[in-house]
Amino acid sequence: MGYNIGVRLIEDFLARSNVGRCHDFRETADVIAKVAFKMYLGITPSITNWSPAGDEFSLILENNPLVDFVELPDNHSSLIYSNLLCGVLRGALEMVQMAVEAKFVQDTLKGDGVTEIRMRFIRRIEDNLPAGEE
Amino acid sequence: MADPALFEFLHTEMVAELWAHHSDPGPGGQKMSLCVLEGMGFRVGQALGERLPQETLAFREELDILKFLCKDLWVAVFQKQMDSLRTNHQGTYVLQDNSFPLLIRMASGLQYLEEAPKFLAFTCGLLRGALCILGIKSLVTASVASLPTCKFQVVIQKT
Repeated sequence: MGYNIGVRLIEDFLARSNVGRCHDFRETADVIAKVAFKMYLGITPSITNWSPAGDEFSLILENNPLVDFVELPDNHSSLIYSNLLCGVLRGALEMVQMAVEAKFVQDTLKGDGVTEIRMRFIRRIEDNLPAGEE
Repeated sequence: MADPALFEFLHTEMVAELWAHHSDPGPGGQKMSLCVLEGMGFRVGQALGERLPQETLAFREELDILKFLCKDLWVAVFQKQMDSLRTNHQGTYVLQDNSFPLLIRMASGLQYLEEAPKFLAFTCGLLRGALCILGIKSLVTASVASLPTCKFQVVIQKT
């Protein structure tokens, strides 16, 4: 579901934020944290834990607004409640030619101190020209 | 505060998701999906009905509660007030929104009239849930004559 939302959200984002093309993954990370999260959820996650190759980073959310009034019931204790966010990130980035993986590594709903989403750059998506066009 | 666009995106996706997983494409399955949406709206309405009222409100009468729905609840969820509220003073209210945000991107006029009910089910539940938590049992239905104007009919159930 998050993926489907992300695929459409990116247009809304680009129309309203006026950011230009990002030149590398670091710039992308900045735009996600400082512009997108701020615009949509009113928070600015911090960016940490860059991998040496520069293709992975973590978004740290001190407070996740989606879980303000939420507690996980016992029978759903392994539910990744905000997984929608990962789908949104994946869908939106795919529309700007980046294949990424996003997943939760820490979650305040499960007792962790912060919420951490790990973002990994997989590859750039090349546009496939329709057959017959060059 | 979360951006209003998020709720619209989420709502659209909820409707799409429920419709995609129809094992029964006939009217029975559709009703099920509408019920599920209405039920979700009901839960959210209950939560908002508890959380929203600012003062420990002495809602003096039924009409005050309906006005609360048209103003405070509608603004909280849709960033606008209901455009009109009419009643027969006998327990039936008609709330009209001339440019309902969940329909406005779809079309204007008669196109997609058949699709409109899917996009109204959640909101009917929302109204019913808020009324419930405020002590009123009701039946809420919606009708669309021409997008994006829609009417929510609230019929108070006397116990």
